[in-house]
Formats: sequence, C-alpha cells, structure tokens
Amino acid sequence: MPRITRTLLLLAALLTLVFFPLFGSSFYVGLLTRILILALFAMSLDLLIGYTGLVSFGHAAFFGIGGYALAIAFQDAAVIHLWQALPLSLAAAALAALVVGWISIRTSGIYFIMITLAFAQMFFYFFFESPRYGGDDGIFLFFKPVLMIGSADILHLDSENNFYYFVLGSLVSSYLLLTMILRAPFGKVITAIKANEHRVCALGYAVNRYKLVSFVIAGTLAGLAGFLEGAHSGYINPSYMSWHESGIAIAIVVLGGMGTLYGPIVGAFIIVLLQDFLPSLTDHWQLLFGGIVISVALFYPMVRPACCRDFMRCSEVK
Amino acid sequence: MTDTILRTDRLSKNFGGLIAANNVSLNFERGQVHAIIGPNGAGKTTLINLLSGDLLPSDGTILFNGKNITSLPPDKISQLGIGRSYQKTNIFATFSCYENCWVAAQSRLNTSMRFFRPAKKLKKVQDRAEMTLDLCGLSSRRDVLASAMSYGEQRQLEIGMMLATEPELLLLDEPLAGMGSEESLQVIELLRRLSRDHTLILIEHDMDAVFSIAEQLTVMVNGRVLETGTVEQIRNSQAVQEVYLGVEEEAT
Repeated sequence: MPRITRTLLLLAALLTLVFFPLFGSSFYVGLLTRILILALFAMSLDLLIGYTGLVSFGHAAFFGIGGYALAIAFQDAAVIHLWQALPLSLAAAALAALVVGWISIRTSGIYFIMITLAFAQMFFYFFFESPRYGGDDGIFLFFKPVLMIGSADILHLDSENNFYYFVLGSLVSSYLLLTMILRAPFGKVITAIKANEHRVCALGYAVNRYKLVSFVIAGTLAGLAGFLEGAHSGYINPSYMSWHESGIAIAIVVLGGMGTLYGPIVGAFIIVLLQDFLPSLTDHWQLLFGGIVISVALFYPMVRPACCRDFMRCSEVK
Repeated sequence: MTDTILRTDRLSKNFGGLIAANNVSLNFERGQVHAIIGPNGAGKTTLINLLSGDLLPSDGTILFNGKNITSLPPDKISQLGIGRSYQKTNIFATFSCYENCWVAAQSRLNTSMRFFRPAKKLKKVQDRAEMTLDLCGLSSRRDVLASAMSYGEQRQLEIGMMLATEPELLLLDEPLAGMGSEESLQVIELLRRLSRDHTLILIEHDMDAVFSIAEQLTVMVNGRVLETGTVEQIRNSQAVQEVYLGVEEEAT
C-alpha cells in the first residue's frame, strides 16, 4: 500500500472513531471501548513479535498486572485518582516486565515461548490462589478513576463516552509513541535484531539490552491496556493473565499483520466482532469462527500486499 | 622494533573430543596483511571465531593492543576496533543494501538507546553508510533488497558492513568465496587499498590472491600452526610444501 493511501485510510478510521459516540448507542460505545483496549494490548505485543522477533506467549501477565495494581491499591478507596492509579499500574507492569524479561531474553525461539508462558502461569496461579486478592473471584472496583486538579473535576471516567475518548487517546498516543521509537536509532536496532540477531551482535551492539528495553516498553503498554480494561469493566480476576488471553493477543497480531502497528487494531476488530456476532447466527458459532481463522491464515498472505511481499521475501532468502 | 596489534598465546578450542584449535600462538603485526591458509578443517575459521568472540576459547589468551580480550563477547570486541566478515553471508536479508550499511554504521554511536529523534537525521551515520556503499562498490544498488542482490554483491555488502564499523583490525573469512573472477579482482583491489591503513587477517583459498596481497603467512593443519613467516619463508618451507602447497588441488 502506498504511504499516502495508508495515511489517508488511517485518518479516515480515526475520524470515524472520534465521531462514533455522537451516533452510536452507549452499548456500541462500550463494545468499541473493549475493542480498542484489546487493540492496544495486541499492538504492544506486536513490538515484540513483529519488530523485535521475540514471540512472547506470556504477554497477558503484564496486562493482568496493570489491572491488579489498580484493583489492589484502590479497591477500598472512595476516589480513584487517575494521576496516582495510572502511573502505579504502568510502574508495576514495567517492573514485572523488567524482571521477567531480564531472565527470558537469555533464551530464544521455542524456549523463549515456553519461559514467558511459564512466568505468566506463575502470576496467574499466584492471584488464583491468593484469598487476599480475591482468589479466582477477583476484585471488584466500584468507582471509575477521576482526574482532579485541586477540587476541580477535569475528567470523570464515569460516563461511557469519556471513558471511550480516554481509551482512544491512549491508543493513539501509544501508536504515535511506537512510531517514533521505531524511526529512532533504537527502532533500527530492534528491527535488525529480528532480521539477524547474530550479525547485530557482531556489529557491536549489546543485543540483550535492546531486547530487554523492547520487552519492558511492550510490557508497560500491556499494563496500560490492563489498567484500562480493569477500570472499564470494574472487575479484575486471574483470567486476565490466562494463557488464553496471551494466545488471543498472538492471534490478533498474526491475523492483523505482524510488523505493522495498525495491523493489531484491525485484528482486534475482527476477533471481537466475530466473537460477538457469530453466536447470533448459530449455536455452532465456534465452528464457524475456527473456519474463518483458518481461511484467513491460509489466504490472507495472498490478498494483503504487505504480507505478500514478506511472503516472497522469505522464499527468496531460502 | 615490531609493533604487535594482536597476539594469541596457546589458544585452544575443543568441541567435545575434537580439538579444532590446538595451542595456537601467533603474533600479528600492525599494518600488515597476514593470511592464514590450510586445508579444509584445519581450524582457520575456528581461529577467526575465537578472535572475534563468536567462540569462547577452551584455553589460552588473546591480547589486542596489549589488552586481554580473551573472553569478551563479540559486541565488546567489535567496539574495541576489530571488525569481521563472515564466510557464509551474514547480512540483513529483509533490509535494503543501504539499510544494511546504515545499521552497521549506527553501531559507532555512543549508544543507540535513543528513542526520540528519527535515525535518518543523524548526519554522521548517514555519511558513513554512504561512504561504505561507495567503498564496497554498491552505490548503484543502494535501494535494492539485500536478498534480491547477486551472491557476489552480497559478499561485497558483507565486507562493506564490516567497514562501516570503522575497525582498525579486519578479520576476513574467505572474502572471495563464490565470487566470479571480475568481482574477485574488485575485492582484491579493495583489500589492497584497505591494507594501506588497516591490519588485515585473511583466510583465503585463492592462492593467487593470497600471494598477491599477503605479507605474512601462517599455515594451519589439524588445528595446529604448521609454519608462520613471510611469504618467502613459507614458499621455501619443506614442511609446508609437503603438507599443503604440494597437494593443494586435493585439499581444496
């Protein structure tokens, strides 16, 4: 796709999203909020899978930690201050990603997949078996975060529309942030690591440091998504961190197109809409869903130009 | 007085029971072209891998400019000024020719942990990458995908990427392997030009090339140094003639 077409399409999509609440009912605004949160989560994973070449199967751990940090710190609070809660969630996710990443990046390929999965399962069972944090029932939050300066309410996330715009703003900011990072020297190094890690090292780069920073950035953004999901649904439980959640994120990234930041957004729309609308057609909707996923995986590379190029590149190299 | 840039002392590498490099003690003089020859399996590439940090030695030491670099990882060794090109082409296949050189040149920034300014705006890196393209003769192939270039061009790029890291000592593992005669001549010419202000350690099977640019020669057989000296000394060595030069056709 030419660059100009892509930019125009993205702008059109953004405008549609911006004006949607003026026309859509609050049910659909809520649904769209969920989709955008999932898109943000998948986009953060794409930094690892699509750009750094790290296939993490435990990305939901940081999503869950973002949510749990909010829930644990503010479950009894009368007011959830956004300026306290958001940085806390981001810091918790970043710290967890730093520890998990520091150990995991020493492995690669299938071992990296296994070790990230193992870490996520550890987090899952920790919360699953902690009565203090609600066990498998999870934690309820009765209030939405607010942003106040002095006593003036700046932003109240109580209203569905406000929350929607806050999520849209988070997604767009994350998109712009990642675009900037990928154009900067750091981005050049991580994409080179994906292409040929050994040569990057031979050229004098301390590869593990770059992989770790990428892992922490991705984990932090997943934490942001988890924070948003927790605040939006008002309910945080261990299933946030389950391997299904990690698997869905991978499916979104692959379906939407790895290595494009807008791909995961498209992928999130596809997955959620299918899950929500297929059941109204038939009781055996999962059969239909599976069939669609399989056909997309098989035929997508042929109809999608960017993918097609990658496809040919691979066969040329071999 | 001679000026040693790199010295190995009883350097050894075992792979299980196989001794790939056995007590290799060599001196490499600054500014010279030092070729390492020997039949396949003699341990030449293993030696280069030890020098570049791609392999960890089982025993022995490596001194570069008097500094012990024996167990340093490849990235640290590269930063000290030792560049290396690979026998098997080792490039970024999904990048354009220019981007390959770019990533190599960018490695000389103090740090690439920079997140905000676009990489394209770094004039110094840009100049270095362009210069490298020019040096390895690929300016006209600037925007071609590396995987779409001919094998010979990929070999040239391989050398170019090494040069973009501004090394003082070049480790070249069969730079002419698989090249046509035209391309070979170009690369030999490039190596000759580089030898004016660099130290070169060169593995090569093409004897004409070796004798035309090397000043020092080391012959390796079965992981050991059989003989080392000037080109003349090696030519006249009885042992070398028996083991290697005499049976060159069979060995290669």
